[in-house]
Amino acid sequence: MSGKPKLYYFDGRGKMESIRWLLAAAGVEFEEEFLETRDQYEKLLQGGSLMFQQVPMVEIDGMRMVQTRAILSYIAAKYDLYGKDLKERALIDMYIGGTDDLMGFIMIFPFLSAEDKEKQLAVIVQKATSRYFPVYEKVLKDHGQDFLVGNNFSWADVHLLEAILMVEEKKSDVLSGFPQLQAFKARISSIPTIKKFLEPGSQRKPVPDDKYVETVRRVLCMYYDVKAN
Amino acid sequence: MSVKPRLTYLNGRGRMESIRWLLAAAGVEFDEVYLETKEQYDKLIKDGFLLFQQVPLVEIDGMKMVQTRAIMSYIAGKYNLHGKDLKERALIDMYVEGISDLMQMILMFPFSPPDAKEKNLESIKERATNRYFPVFEKILKQHGQDFLVGNKFSWADVQLMEAILAVEEKLPTVLSGFPQLQVFKTKMSNVPTIKKFLQPGSPRKPPPDAHYVETVLKVFKK
Repeated sequence: MSGKPKLYYFDGRGKMESIRWLLAAAGVEFEEEFLETRDQYEKLLQGGSLMFQQVPMVEIDGMRMVQTRAILSYIAAKYDLYGKDLKERALIDMYIGGTDDLMGFIMIFPFLSAEDKEKQLAVIVQKATSRYFPVYEKVLKDHGQDFLVGNNFSWADVHLLEAILMVEEKKSDVLSGFPQLQAFKARISSIPTIKKFLEPGSQRKPVPDDKYVETVRRVLCMYYDVKAN
Repeated sequence: MSVKPRLTYLNGRGRMESIRWLLAAAGVEFDEVYLETKEQYDKLIKDGFLLFQQVPLVEIDGMKMVQTRAIMSYIAGKYNLHGKDLKERALIDMYVEGISDLMQMILMFPFSPPDAKEKNLESIKERATNRYFPVFEKILKQHGQDFLVGNKFSWADVQLMEAILAVEEKLPTVLSGFPQLQVFKTKMSNVPTIKKFLQPGSPRKPPPDAHYVETVLKVFKK
């Protein structure tokens, strides 16, 4: 095993994208193995590398880590992006919980029927602008600092930027009522590791398309209808 | 503010139950506020108590904590139930997240339409016996220790114990193929704080019934 973490997932965003963002933000180079066929997946299963038979899976520091949240927490702590104490960690965890829920609405989007997509788009925008963005807008306004927690760049900032960009892809002017978030977006985007990740040629994955959906369905034999929750 | 953590949720399991388990396992006494009406819930939101307009809410150490995972990580960290280093924490997190996927199926079960209940129960059985229980059976067998991680009682043990009992309530013979888990269940039942939590009169909530489902739908009605 090389020194670099190795990511096992589809060649697309899904649940792995937040992990790519965090590694990139921490300045950590990583390798990727893309699942394209059912055979590859079954081979991984038979080899016993997927603890709960699922991806994402990340080989890192001698471990085969699964469960997105566990992987992200490990990376955040290892690279000092998890606050300086238990209370800052609690704040970060709370903020991540929010952005995670918001990104959850977007993650199922490509798998929905055309009719459900329209409804879901409205849900995404409504949740972003009335439940989630106002919280982070207020946090930034109240303390007037550059970063969400402890006046220090953390996982929470990376995750919020990712969420903002994802929502903007669906509605480009969604930040219009949120001046603090606009400034935040500009600031965090210009952090060197993030700036690099946002440039073409990085390992950032594009907006999921039909080909991505087809790959996921094929590899996981997931041919049932996905319903929005 | 009193020293005890204060939990705000419905008078039932839902997402708060794992938090009750963890606090109890850590030997921490807590107070509870039960949401019974939509008005109570709307007032909490209006008064700015709920960061994302959702419960669970746990007032602890001067914070109004929301987001179940965040709350449990904090409690686990504070009461030394989150491993001794980053790698143990990673293992505990992986195990807890896996179990929580199984618990999610159980959580949603009472809300499934009557014609889907049989299918959903079958799914719970399939996942428990093919995906989750075998993992923990193997871990316990391989290291031969009493606890899942680091030879020490942790959040992972509490979460697994809760899950075993929750599945058994639906499928009483589910542990029949899992001798290690049977032993684990007995050992955990005898941990003094857990033993106390399993006795009548503890803050542990009963399995969700029709009244609970009705209350949830009423309180969170849009």
